[in-house]
Amino acid sequence: MYNPQLNSNGELTHLLSIEGLPRDVIVHILDTAASFMEVSAREVKKVPLLRGKSVFNLFFENSTRTRTTFEIAAKRLSADVINLDIGRSSTAKGETLLDTIDNLCAMHANLFVVRHASSGAPYLIAEHLTRVNRDIHVVNAGDGRHAHPTQGLLDMYTIRHYKQDFSNLRVAIVGDILHSRVARSDIHALTTLGVPEVRAIGPQTLLPGHLDKLGVHVYHDMAQGLKDCDVVIMLRLQNERMTGALLPSAGEYFRHFGLTPEKLALAKPDAIVLHPGPMNRGVEIHSAVADGPHAVILPQVTFGIAVRMAVMSIVAGN
Amino acid sequence: MKIAIRNGRLIDSKHGLDHNADLFIADGKVAGIGQTPAGFSADRSIDAAGCIVCPGLIDLGARLNSIEAELAAAVAGGVTSVVVPPDLDPPLDEPELADRLVHRAADIGLARVLPLGALTIGLKGERLAELAGLAKAGCVAFSQANRQVVDTEALLRALEYAATFGFAVWLQPQDYWLSRNGIAHDGEVASRLGLAGIPVSAETVAIATFLQLARETGVHLHLTRLSSAAGMKQVERAQAEGQRVTCDVGIHHLHLTENDIGFFNSQARFDPPLRAQSDRSALAAAAAAGTAAICSDHTPVGADDKLLPFGEAKPGATGLEVLLPLTLKWARESQVGLADALARLTADPAAILGIDAGHLGVGAHADVCIFDPLADWRPTAETLVSKGKNTPFLGLELQGRVRLTLAKGRVVFDGERRGH
Repeated sequence: MYNPQLNSNGELTHLLSIEGLPRDVIVHILDTAASFMEVSAREVKKVPLLRGKSVFNLFFENSTRTRTTFEIAAKRLSADVINLDIGRSSTAKGETLLDTIDNLCAMHANLFVVRHASSGAPYLIAEHLTRVNRDIHVVNAGDGRHAHPTQGLLDMYTIRHYKQDFSNLRVAIVGDILHSRVARSDIHALTTLGVPEVRAIGPQTLLPGHLDKLGVHVYHDMAQGLKDCDVVIMLRLQNERMTGALLPSAGEYFRHFGLTPEKLALAKPDAIVLHPGPMNRGVEIHSAVADGPHAVILPQVTFGIAVRMAVMSIVAGN
Repeated sequence: MKIAIRNGRLIDSKHGLDHNADLFIADGKVAGIGQTPAGFSADRSIDAAGCIVCPGLIDLGARLNSIEAELAAAVAGGVTSVVVPPDLDPPLDEPELADRLVHRAADIGLARVLPLGALTIGLKGERLAELAGLAKAGCVAFSQANRQVVDTEALLRALEYAATFGFAVWLQPQDYWLSRNGIAHDGEVASRLGLAGIPVSAETVAIATFLQLARETGVHLHLTRLSSAAGMKQVERAQAEGQRVTCDVGIHHLHLTENDIGFFNSQARFDPPLRAQSDRSALAAAAAAGTAAICSDHTPVGADDKLLPFGEAKPGATGLEVLLPLTLKWARESQVGLADALARLTADPAAILGIDAGHLGVGAHADVCIFDPLADWRPTAETLVSKGKNTPFLGLELQGRVRLTLAKGRVVFDGERRGH
């Protein structure tokens, strides 16, 4: 199948989704990120790989945290960073998404980091840039429910850091998978990297159909789903999902699908717990777990900078 | 004006004709087949060697955003009668609006327009429109287009009222609640791409309701744009039980599936959505069996409304000019004979509408389509007459192209004059 992320030489030119990325490309990103970990520990936290290049953070949907990590990563690569919180302002003025892109192209951008509420928006932008023959790269910073590939990659970096090898792991993803771009990116990354058993745990209202086609085993019971897992990836439950037709209440959700020390004890003794943040303590995760010895949630954030440096230097570097 | 169409292969499904014969037209009507009628002397003789000569096509659903351009597209596609859904702006809910539309189309003089009147005022699903008045103004049946009557009691009353006058009601089955947030078939592709799903049950729940209410009221129910195997099975079962229910499928649903969305291709966004391969196969089989008629569901959408993220793009595709070649393609792939395939676009829609059209019997209106079944062409922004250039088949080679279209004995489209 045609893959708009790779150029004719099979090199990564945009990062839009982990789906369809060859294993070698993912491993190369993780290895490159490892080499950048040392940069972040230095007194002068900079390498000149993107010197003279302009990185535009295009956040059509607000996310201070994700935008900041991209900004830090770009600055550590010596790029010029322009933050545009577009929100709904441009579209409210009647400008279409591609009008906005054309305008920014004229400002000589080299890389767009795109966050958008609609699944597939970064694909539309990448295709448009090809059509108008602009050599600008696109990194997806989260599109609708579809993908959040740098989050997926930083989760893989974290798992590799603690577990070294993917080929003997049992990984559970817990919570609102239906609405989660993180879950979709994690699933593709885990299966591509050869994880033999990926599980999804949640109530039927929060799990999309056809997960088996993605190579995922579905559980509706935490005790069964967590049993003997090496890695537990918790997902954030959005406020608007907590009451209504999907779930009766945050309390009932926590009782059945919240990660408590008791439930975590069913996983392997050396299991690690990931969360993409921001956490809802007492909704999807108990504080004793979030702050406990199994949690690797803060290291995820640190690794995230290195992974985003790796992605940007690979797509936009020379 | 007397016209002789010579040397063509004449196919009239209704009369079981499929052989090489000349067709004679006088005073806008079919004057004879085979033998030159007594005293007939042609003013114009058309050589149709190598071509099929069939009744002008009847399209059970086409949106004519710009009526002049789209009627030109209709005749370029061999379509001489177009059923127009009522979701115009404003909706077709007053006799005067229907009257104006019919007369405007008559003035343009290309294809005939058969409007569907709005079943409820503003298509809001609340108050009944003046159905009898609308019928008098030329509406051939009543419909909600792709909108739903959410209030089931209001729907029951509307069907009762329509049945009172013997009017047919055309409904697109899609449960409002199960489909309102969805943008793609609730299947593997939507799960993978993170697109909100429209489950098959949105269709089957609505069909079950419609069939039940239609049975109670005795109304002639026509279900439009079926999209699923399960929905088609419900219709087949109801027909087997003797219920008076008919249905159609959009031509794109006979060829495309959810997989054609690929990486968010907005040209593959349809309403109802493209579904799974098994659904497509069932629809193709139902069309082959004659359970469903085929229509274009022509929906011209401007480039700006398609160059958007998948979920924000307008659904639909241009269809009038690809209806015939895509029907021929379906027929080849489903091993359906040419005469049978053309019935889905001529005799069958005429029967659903209850109109005397879609055949070439002596005395019938001379609505004729002459096409070269082997001519290859590509729909492009330049070759398409329609203002809607939105098609998943853009630039792809299709087989079968209209050479000449006659409406009431007048040449309304001549491929020789095609710019390209």
